Amino acid sequence: MAARTLYDKIWDSHVVHQPGEGAAVLYIDRHLVHEVTSPQAFEGLRAAGRKVRRPQATLAVADHNVPTTDRRHGIADEESRQQVDTLTANCREFGVELYDMNDARQGIVHIIGPEQGFTLPGMTIVCGDSHTSTHGAFGSLAFGIGTSEVEHVLATQTLQQTRARNMRITVQGQLPFGVTAKDMILAIIAKIGTAGGTGHVIEYAGEAVQALSMEGRMTLCNMSIEGGARAGLVAPDDTTFAYLKGRPMAPKGEAWERAVAYWRTLPSDAGARYDKEVTLNAADIIPQVTWGTSPQDALPITANVPDPAAENDEAKRTSIVRALEYMGLTAGQPLTSVRVDKVFIGSCTNGRIEDLREVAKVAQGRSVAAHVQALIVPGSGLVKAQAEAEGLDKIFRAAGFEWREPGCSMCLAMNADKLLPGERCASTSNRNFEGRQGRGGRTHLMSPAMAAAAAITGMLTDVRVLLADKS
Amino acid sequence: MQPFTTLSGVAAPLALVNVDTDMIIPKQFLKTIKRTGLGRHLFDELRYNADGSEKPDFVLNTPPYREAKILVAGANFGCGSSREHAPWALLDFGIRCILAPSFADIFYNNCFKNGVLPIALPQEQIDVLMGDARTGQEFVVDLAAQTIRRPNGGVTKFEIDPFRKKCLLEGLDDIGLTLQHSAAINAFEVKMKEEKPWL
Repeated sequence: MAARTLYDKIWDSHVVHQPGEGAAVLYIDRHLVHEVTSPQAFEGLRAAGRKVRRPQATLAVADHNVPTTDRRHGIADEESRQQVDTLTANCREFGVELYDMNDARQGIVHIIGPEQGFTLPGMTIVCGDSHTSTHGAFGSLAFGIGTSEVEHVLATQTLQQTRARNMRITVQGQLPFGVTAKDMILAIIAKIGTAGGTGHVIEYAGEAVQALSMEGRMTLCNMSIEGGARAGLVAPDDTTFAYLKGRPMAPKGEAWERAVAYWRTLPSDAGARYDKEVTLNAADIIPQVTWGTSPQDALPITANVPDPAAENDEAKRTSIVRALEYMGLTAGQPLTSVRVDKVFIGSCTNGRIEDLREVAKVAQGRSVAAHVQALIVPGSGLVKAQAEAEGLDKIFRAAGFEWREPGCSMCLAMNADKLLPGERCASTSNRNFEGRQGRGGRTHLMSPAMAAAAAITGMLTDVRVLLADKS
Repeated sequence: MQPFTTLSGVAAPLALVNVDTDMIIPKQFLKTIKRTGLGRHLFDELRYNADGSEKPDFVLNTPPYREAKILVAGANFGCGSSREHAPWALLDFGIRCILAPSFADIFYNNCFKNGVLPIALPQEQIDVLMGDARTGQEFVVDLAAQTIRRPNGGVTKFEIDPFRKKCLLEGLDDIGLTLQHSAAINAFEVKMKEEKPWL
């Protein structure tokens, strides 16, 4: 057989039916469900008198609408409450397991899947959420789908899919001091553009990627969609298996041994062909921040805000002018001269325990700037409990950060956590679109350590300076 | 799903690149548990002031584009989230066809599930159609013939996957089509249980 990529192998092993022309019927191993993109899908099942084909392969959680403050009195917003209640009722009716708002395991859908061992290598995983690409960190083919497809998977445990093209992004060498997986993915998106991966599945490779922890790999794969690719992948290895071993839903005993033996066959074959190849040197990556309203608008923190006059392409020039106006920035000003009002640390991109440890490292013994409100929203109840067991919450509170309950929160501001018009936020989330964190809100994307640094100084800041002070 | 055969109507010019799904339908409208009623919130932040009044210079607030059935836009249309509320909002407003140089994958796919036709054309052709759209005259999109008839009578051909075309023309239900392969799905699951019992 010809040399195959990791993506080719997962695809080939999940094709149920391939007609001569058109889409294949692809088997879906795992389906994650949340309250925002599922109500119409369950309604569709009901209308057609259909059941959930494989409830045991389906896991539901309420994350987008949940409050991150005291939950004992439920959800104040009526529409949010109705959506969460609808999920609860649908899960009960169709026999789907649900982690409700008060479950210790509740959290962001892309954090709880890996945490529970629901996510495993070689699988196909879908969710009505574009950041499903996160799970590709395990070497599983994971991608976001629309609500009609959610209904399709619930009813048939399959999807009609056409094969994507293969793209490989290789990051050579070692990440320098103070540079993280978030900086790596922002630098990648700045290089390939927000449509650079459209039609492709991206496999991340190279020494710097292999050296990442599972959590770093999740951050990397999470933002594949911001580069246009529905899915990102990292080849499973010993780091992957060590992370998964003993997780509640991971295989045990002999099944574990068989699974690992299979997973070891998944990495791309030597000589496998890619339709597109991109290479970066880790040593060149400097902590990144975005200045504009697209994730591709990322620059090193040491740079200046771009000048539209220097852009020759008219469409690009117009788009820079528009972004600067929305963001309230002046061409040529140093990024470190930008003052922030709020800081948001959390999301499926950066709401895991290692992210919080990075924040604590910067925050310890320091205080949040007087004019800044800084929120830390753990990605799940288990992340929250772990952070508290390590005493991180005490460091955060002492420094003046707000320590919240888990959920999507201000990443997309569907709950009460949002920016007011004109407010500027240093955020560890994944999208800086106009209005994303609240109408008229201005978002700068960055790593957790960089966001912590911005909270302390009240300005966009090169975290390496603060880290060096400590060492 | 409502079949898509031919569509005649005014095309609204929206000369922006990277129009994201947050722009098409902001998150505060995703709390609905229905598919309908989103049309009045389409492009909410571009279309309305904070007090709810219309922004007079936004294209969909100006005649004849209030009745637009087609949208002409810049590259990478529909990037961002997987929310199917984006095509639902377009459809509910009355827009059933989008012309752009390129589309984001998930949005593109979601359109076909809702009888909305996204047409990708080279930038030069989009530039010409954008000019036509600005005249406020009608286009005719014929899916069977794979053509767009411009207001001046000129014809632009477009490409589309034959299977997707068939599904749109006939308004086919995807789930119904897949369930014709139930036996193959059953057989796949039996084999999976033997080979990968941990699944």
